[in-house]
Amino acid sequence: MTIKKIHKDQPETFEFNEKSMEAANKIVSNYPDGRQQSAVMALLYIAQRQHDNWIPLKAMKYIAKFLDMPYIKVYEVATFYSMYNLSPVGKYFFQVCTTTPCMLRGAYDLVKVCKKKISEKENELSKDGKISWMEVECLGACVNAPMMQVNEDYYEDLNDKKLEEIIDTIYQNKIPKPGSYTGRVNAEPVDNRKTLLGNKNA
Amino acid sequence: MLKDEDRIFLNLYNDSGADLESAKLRNDWSGTKDILEKGREWIINEVKSSELRGRGGAGFPTGLKWSFAPKEVGSRPHYLVINADESEPGTCKDRDILRFEPHKLIEGCLIASYAVNAHKCYIYIRGEYFNEGQKLQTAIDEAYKNNLIGENALNSGWDLDIYIHYGAGAYICGEETALLESLEGKKGQPRLKPPFPALIGLYGCPTIINNVETVAAVPTILKRGAKWFSSLGRPKNTGTKIYCISGNVNNPCNVEEEMGIPLKELIETHAGGVVGGWDNLKAVIPGGSSMPMLPKEICDNIKMDFDACVENKTGLGTAGIVVINNDQDIIKCMARIARFYKHESCGQCTPCREGSGWMWRMLERMAAGEATPDEVDMLFDVTKQIEGHTICAFGEGSSWPVQGLIRHFKNEILERNKFDPFVKKQKNIPYLVDQHLLEKENA
Repeated sequence: MTIKKIHKDQPETFEFNEKSMEAANKIVSNYPDGRQQSAVMALLYIAQRQHDNWIPLKAMKYIAKFLDMPYIKVYEVATFYSMYNLSPVGKYFFQVCTTTPCMLRGAYDLVKVCKKKISEKENELSKDGKISWMEVECLGACVNAPMMQVNEDYYEDLNDKKLEEIIDTIYQNKIPKPGSYTGRVNAEPVDNRKTLLGNKNA
Repeated sequence: MLKDEDRIFLNLYNDSGADLESAKLRNDWSGTKDILEKGREWIINEVKSSELRGRGGAGFPTGLKWSFAPKEVGSRPHYLVINADESEPGTCKDRDILRFEPHKLIEGCLIASYAVNAHKCYIYIRGEYFNEGQKLQTAIDEAYKNNLIGENALNSGWDLDIYIHYGAGAYICGEETALLESLEGKKGQPRLKPPFPALIGLYGCPTIINNVETVAAVPTILKRGAKWFSSLGRPKNTGTKIYCISGNVNNPCNVEEEMGIPLKELIETHAGGVVGGWDNLKAVIPGGSSMPMLPKEICDNIKMDFDACVENKTGLGTAGIVVINNDQDIIKCMARIARFYKHESCGQCTPCREGSGWMWRMLERMAAGEATPDEVDMLFDVTKQIEGHTICAFGEGSSWPVQGLIRHFKNEILERNKFDPFVKKQKNIPYLVDQHLLEKENA
């Protein structure tokens, strides 16, 4: 399940910094006059990115004022969608897909590795406080199953050994390379490609 | 197998790059202005006669949908919305179009928005596809710079602005009216239809909503002619389709193939066959998790198109094919899908909100062999009470897979679930209020 528990320790204030402000104004201009409420989802993302990957209540209030809409409407949106974190998550936020197509190819082995190497329970920080993990629903890369998302990047075609390597790399303060871990290109069939060969060899 | 020259998405595996220059080598943006000059009527009629059906799951004829937009722009502007909120388990075709063929999509947006009189186009991408969205944004910037879109696009006199809107991890926002709600900055809860979005949609204005693959296929159809497109497949099920083959196959992949290709051929040729051989096949979900599964006997012969699937009591959906072999526990697989639907129900209609949880819990118990034989019929009854009693099609989407399981594998469930609360060995049944009635002296 997603982290929909409001965090106990809330910051006193929240304001967009210069970079966020610029991004926010640009997003608002994408929508017709008087329809600035449409920008609320994008603004929540901006707040989340600015604030260590989670959204405090003050940020929701700030966005409500910014878009001239009721606070409760911002709160509704923030709690409805699963990608807004309302409590702190690790700097590296592992989201392991366990829906059926990934499950068929061993997603629960990945969950076991996460339990062993990160934390026993979902949404708990690892010992050094850098990583947290959770099970999520389909991430839309079923052909590259099993897979997971770390922050914004997809890590595909995994197995338990490869996931252990990825976690170890992060513990050594390096960022592992995103993409497929069997060396295949995108969503093509490994060693069995029968289409568009002219393009491949061109 | 489809010939390479008949494929629409030539860069499906990113052999040559997604930038504008490479896209132009693949014939994108060639003669687009001529197409616009032929006029709205011609475009819509050509799409109609190509018999292109929407690729997002429902298979609604695209030309017909476009013709629902008011012919003249009244006081309210028109909008075009592209549905790139691809979240159906088993489906990952739009992702590759966004990453590798963004110019086909943008070109399609220009033609479609011209056809339905829209000057603004919103592309709703699921939030998890952040990197894919950035790649699309790069392509949009390129297109603006080269005057392919923007003010007076291609010197055709047509203005078009394209914006990306990111979702935030709600499956239900793939439903068109929920998507509109989400675009308006609200919770993604579907609206009642009618009024249909073609008349009252985004901000109460006429809105046409199309899937990514549908719109991206339109430029090629218009360039090569409706006749070419309708010569592929069979009547009412024409053209090509990207199939996503995942699950227990040797080489899971995305592949563009002709409509109506036999399922067995598709799996054996492109996906390297079922793990353990064709005889090890248990069942196939043919169109994303919402579609009822098919047992091996039907998979032997079924052709993959809209009508053939309906004849077999399932649907082509998004053509996300999930292959399940005999090494898997089929009840558990379905229980996991039921959990997905429980998690993603938006909570607006009671039958779906409560029923999706019931189905999940019952299936989990059936997977563990803790249910009574009567409960199988009870579960079927629950699915029937959800289906058709909700605002949107999520009710059907969540109950059909369970119905498919019961239809084809009832015996397997019954074999595993022989638990009878009335036999002598006593057991606490957590959901039974009248536990005391089971006790011997009261019986």
